[in-house]
Amino acid sequence: MPLIVDDDLAPERSRWASGVIPYKEMGYWQPDYQPKETDILCAFRITPQEGVEPEEAAAAVAGESSTATWTVVWTDRLTSYEDYQAKAFRVLPVPGTPNQYMAYIAYDLDLFEEGSIANLASSIIGNVFGFKALKALRLEDMRIPPHYAKTFQGPAHGIVMEREILNKFGRPLLGATTKPKLGLSARNYGRVVYEALRGGLDFVKDDENINSQPFMRWRDRFLYCMEAVTKAMAETGEIKGHYMNVTAADMESIYERADFAKQLGSVIIMIDLTVGFSALQSMARWARRNGVLLHLHRAGHATFTRQKTHGVSFRVLAKWCRLIGVDHLHAGTVVGKLEGDPNAIAGYYDTLRLNRVPANPVHGLLFDQDWASLPAVMPVASGGIHAAQMPELLHYLGEDVVLQFGGGTIGHPMGIAAGATANRVAVEAMIQARNEGRDVLREGPEILARAARWCPPLRQAIDLWKDISFNYASTDTPDVVATPSF
Amino acid sequence: MHLTQGTFSYLPPLSDDEIAAQIRYALDRSWAVSIEYTDDPHPRNVYWEMWGLPMFDLKDPAAVLQELNRCRAEHGDCYIRINAYDRSKGRQTTALSFIVNRPLVEPGFRVERTEFADRQVKYTLHAYATDKPAGQRYGPAGS
Repeated sequence: MPLIVDDDLAPERSRWASGVIPYKEMGYWQPDYQPKETDILCAFRITPQEGVEPEEAAAAVAGESSTATWTVVWTDRLTSYEDYQAKAFRVLPVPGTPNQYMAYIAYDLDLFEEGSIANLASSIIGNVFGFKALKALRLEDMRIPPHYAKTFQGPAHGIVMEREILNKFGRPLLGATTKPKLGLSARNYGRVVYEALRGGLDFVKDDENINSQPFMRWRDRFLYCMEAVTKAMAETGEIKGHYMNVTAADMESIYERADFAKQLGSVIIMIDLTVGFSALQSMARWARRNGVLLHLHRAGHATFTRQKTHGVSFRVLAKWCRLIGVDHLHAGTVVGKLEGDPNAIAGYYDTLRLNRVPANPVHGLLFDQDWASLPAVMPVASGGIHAAQMPELLHYLGEDVVLQFGGGTIGHPMGIAAGATANRVAVEAMIQARNEGRDVLREGPEILARAARWCPPLRQAIDLWKDISFNYASTDTPDVVATPSF
Repeated sequence: MHLTQGTFSYLPPLSDDEIAAQIRYALDRSWAVSIEYTDDPHPRNVYWEMWGLPMFDLKDPAAVLQELNRCRAEHGDCYIRINAYDRSKGRQTTALSFIVNRPLVEPGFRVERTEFADRQVKYTLHAYATDKPAGQRYGPAGS
């Protein structure tokens, strides 16, 4: 395919002559195009092969992700092709990174089936990601117009309803993932759940790879965990939950497990990203119909979100998850053990929580996003965090978040319940101080130290973990491009 | 037992000054503040009794504290909580809710288990306090 075109030698030819002509000349490059408010807009980071000019590469992406094939087809003329062709309308070099460009492409609303992430993904991240003329391609951001957003269910319950169901207001929710993640029998597993909940956590969580293995079958786990949840509720008078992971090999099994969790009275279930978009949408519908919260673990996401030049940014995945309709989504900790640049994470949290998200290139948000009252998703911060980090966690992540301390609860030297209490005291002390007008980040360590004087579990947690941090450079950081929003 | 509902139940009881600081935080955000009390601590007892209407348009926490003290005088043997309500679009829900008074003795809850097929158990939480009729559950105020 002639992506390298010498304009001087190319004879004037008809758009419709048989053969192969550049994508640019087939209508996929329209620098004067004014995006319609109903268009779906995408920003792709493109790395063209040597000798491929960026505008042609952008046009090729537009073409291959919409109507084009590699050669002229007369059957295009049986359609209103001008509407169905995606239009690359702007290409900007990415600052500081030679041979990378940000290509902006507009897609007509009619290109996509209503309410289907599978369909959206098949077009926008379908064949085009293997296209030979590009060395690499990354979907950086996407604007979903309200016209399309409103065809999705959205979060089964959302942050507001979740807080009302749980009767918990004004502070981050606290959770922990049961450890070790594999190998415990159901009876021992339930012990961890019970201790963590009675000590002060709101939730305990199955890990993503806990499904139904030989050492612990799902039904046994659910029974022991509900005993644990109920006993902890009786001891505290608070509503508690355990994310029952219903991930399974087929939808029939997923529904069977979810129905059983509901029947036992669990307020929340959990599913892994690995089940696929359509299975997630089915479970979001199930969760709304049955009044059970839906926690999504993003297992596998980093295989395609982490590298800067190729794949799909997590901010796009976060948008899809809000449309899909989960209530919880893991979205990074800033300070923990997993990938997460503070600016990029601020962008993810805004995407999940705000109703109108303004463009903010510093946070990687290249478009304004209006969610048109689609409920908000509760972000979950999990992975290598502990009580001594509460000032940073509150500063970076705010109040509408689930903070999950797995090792930071279960690894406490005085026991699991004490670990949970340390976390709960730390979060309440920080919220109290913040509301009193104290500077959370600057005065945080002193505020925690004061609480630790009357709370020995917190004192031990701080002594044990205060110097633990994971300071590695992030691989995925926004490249600030001062571009206007659309 | 110690009922741990509310935003600050793991901290030592808040002093009136500390309560006033939290009310100030709410008023600064134009949240309406209300006082509620109950003698039924079940976690799914959503509708505690309202001590008057939510206080809209207040500027001074002292007015809330005054009401709180009146409520304490009459219902000192009950749980009393202060709520702050955020009416902004997209929220329209409680923003902060914390217990400011509790009975001297908190008898807690019993787990009732009804066993049936396949090792399944139906669970119910039963608050011991509600074995007595309303008004007689925690004895007279301050007793």
